[in-house]
Amino acid sequence: MADEPLVLGIETSCDETGVGVVRGTTLLADAVASSVDTHARFGGVVPEIASRAHLESMVPTIERALKEAGISARDLDGIAVTAGPGLAGALLVGVSAAKAYAYALNKPLYGVNHLASHICVDQLEHGPLPEPTMALLVSGGHSSLLLAPDITSDVRPLGATIDDAAGEAFDKIARVLHLGFPGGPVIDRLAKEGDPKAIAFPRGLSGSRDPAYDFSFSGLKTSVARWIEAKRAAGEDVPVRDVAASFQEAVVDVLTRKAVRACKDEGVDHLMIGGGVAANTRLRALAQERCERAGIRLRVPRPGLCTDNGAMVAALGAEMVARNRPASDWELSADSSLPVTEPHMPGAHSHTHDHDHVHEISKDNLYS
Amino acid sequence: MLLLAVDTATPAVTVALHDGTSVVAETGQVDARRHGELLLPAVDRVLAEAGVKLDAVTGVVVGVGPGPYTGLRVGLVTAATFGSALSVPVHGLCTLDGLAYAARRGGLEGPFAVATDARRKEVYWARYEDGETSGEPAVDRPADITEQLAGLPVVGAGALLYPEAFPDPRGPEHVSAGALASLAAERLAAGAALLPPQPLYLRRPDAQVPKNYKVVTPK
Ligand SMILES: [Zn+2]
Repeated sequence: MADEPLVLGIETSCDETGVGVVRGTTLLADAVASSVDTHARFGGVVPEIASRAHLESMVPTIERALKEAGISARDLDGIAVTAGPGLAGALLVGVSAAKAYAYALNKPLYGVNHLASHICVDQLEHGPLPEPTMALLVSGGHSSLLLAPDITSDVRPLGATIDDAAGEAFDKIARVLHLGFPGGPVIDRLAKEGDPKAIAFPRGLSGSRDPAYDFSFSGLKTSVARWIEAKRAAGEDVPVRDVAASFQEAVVDVLTRKAVRACKDEGVDHLMIGGGVAANTRLRALAQERCERAGIRLRVPRPGLCTDNGAMVAALGAEMVARNRPASDWELSADSSLPVTEPHMPGAHSHTHDHDHVHEISKDNLYS
Repeated sequence: MLLLAVDTATPAVTVALHDGTSVVAETGQVDARRHGELLLPAVDRVLAEAGVKLDAVTGVVVGVGPGPYTGLRVGLVTAATFGSALSVPVHGLCTLDGLAYAARRGGLEGPFAVATDARRKEVYWARYEDGETSGEPAVDRPADITEQLAGLPVVGAGALLYPEAFPDPRGPEHVSAGALASLAAERLAAGAALLPPQPLYLRRPDAQVPKNYKVVTPK
């Protein structure tokens, strides 16, 4: 299917410099340079360190992705970039690079939404998204339930965390347990050897009068920390594996229960899970179990596509091209708090002119 | 030769084209908070004014600072990406050198200094003697360098900001990509080395170490 749009996507919203290349729903390259090791000693992502690393890695990562994809930049049908939400300074490096690249190659530019990209990436794994798609996005920065009738133009938030993101809770508990940063992978690993029923930690916002689709992990975090402190204060050993398993169970129980309920309420017969926490093995297993029981088809991309990457941005960009969505213009700026209801940032003139905005703005100043 | 020069290390977003002999076109805007939005349209304007396309450019020149980081990176990543997309070399120049070059062209003679706003009540600065820098650019509080620079004219917005520390301020206030391009063209013609297109931050990143885990159990 050579006529499917060939798109390069750039992602720099947090600490990964990601550049991906896709053709339609086929992944051709996914190059990532991460600065996570530099952040580890600070126990969290340091924005200025992330931005500096993006600048260093940007061009080499673009070149690596093109090489990996085995394509010429001339053949691209568009350049997509995460315009938000994310760290402002970090986003700006990617947006500036994408603009320069699109301009130099005379290709349309698509500033897209990071959250919508997390959903769209599953097209690379499981083919075109059903419409509507129900998506549970969980990472260190976000925890949301989204209903997407059209991933390029219509994404509706059903619920979100009212305090910490799920991934943040993993990081915090890992810190209390002295397990280092990031917390997700190590808790997942230790939890496999622990008993998830050992300690009954609270399930936030799970009462009958609580909001059906919102999440809260702050109370759970406090409760786990108190439990650990009480053990330490009593001079007893902390059963790290049981704590990890019980904490993790509390998180994934609420996430999957609410997601399945949203599917049932909305009459959607499949569920997509994305974001860094979607790499959690227990979340995947419990979601699978509950979806099967409810007759819902579960779609979770492989872990490498769940964490932030450029392929997901390229996937959404390709969909923008395929559906003739208006491109962004050269004034495109990063928007650190871009709402999920805006899957992309079309140019200011795109509503009144339906011809190619690149030529409109630049007239004959590009490659012809 | 056709050089495209950009600088975003200061509040000025400035772009110029230079054909090896003179500046062909130049544009700029002073807005400390919108470098990301303004740069590409400025490039587009300059090319339109000169009536050429980007692929005619044979090299890119970029001001490497020193400058406040977020804006500085816009110019650097744009220059690097153009270089990669067009397969042309990207040359770095110290932004303060651009200001010094413009000041000398404007008739300033003898030794002088250049200072730009480093925010946080500091300036980025360097000394110039016969048009050459004497020493590396640095970042300091104005009061701490007043003595060293006593009697010297000081060029740039950093001087205007702190009249008590720098009583003899001179123009230009802002760097121009035209000056940067002219300086690069001269150095390239003379076979002199330019800088790699890498940022001069002069400060370590503010590593905001998250607060230590707070004990939540009441004592
Ligand atoms: Zn993400």
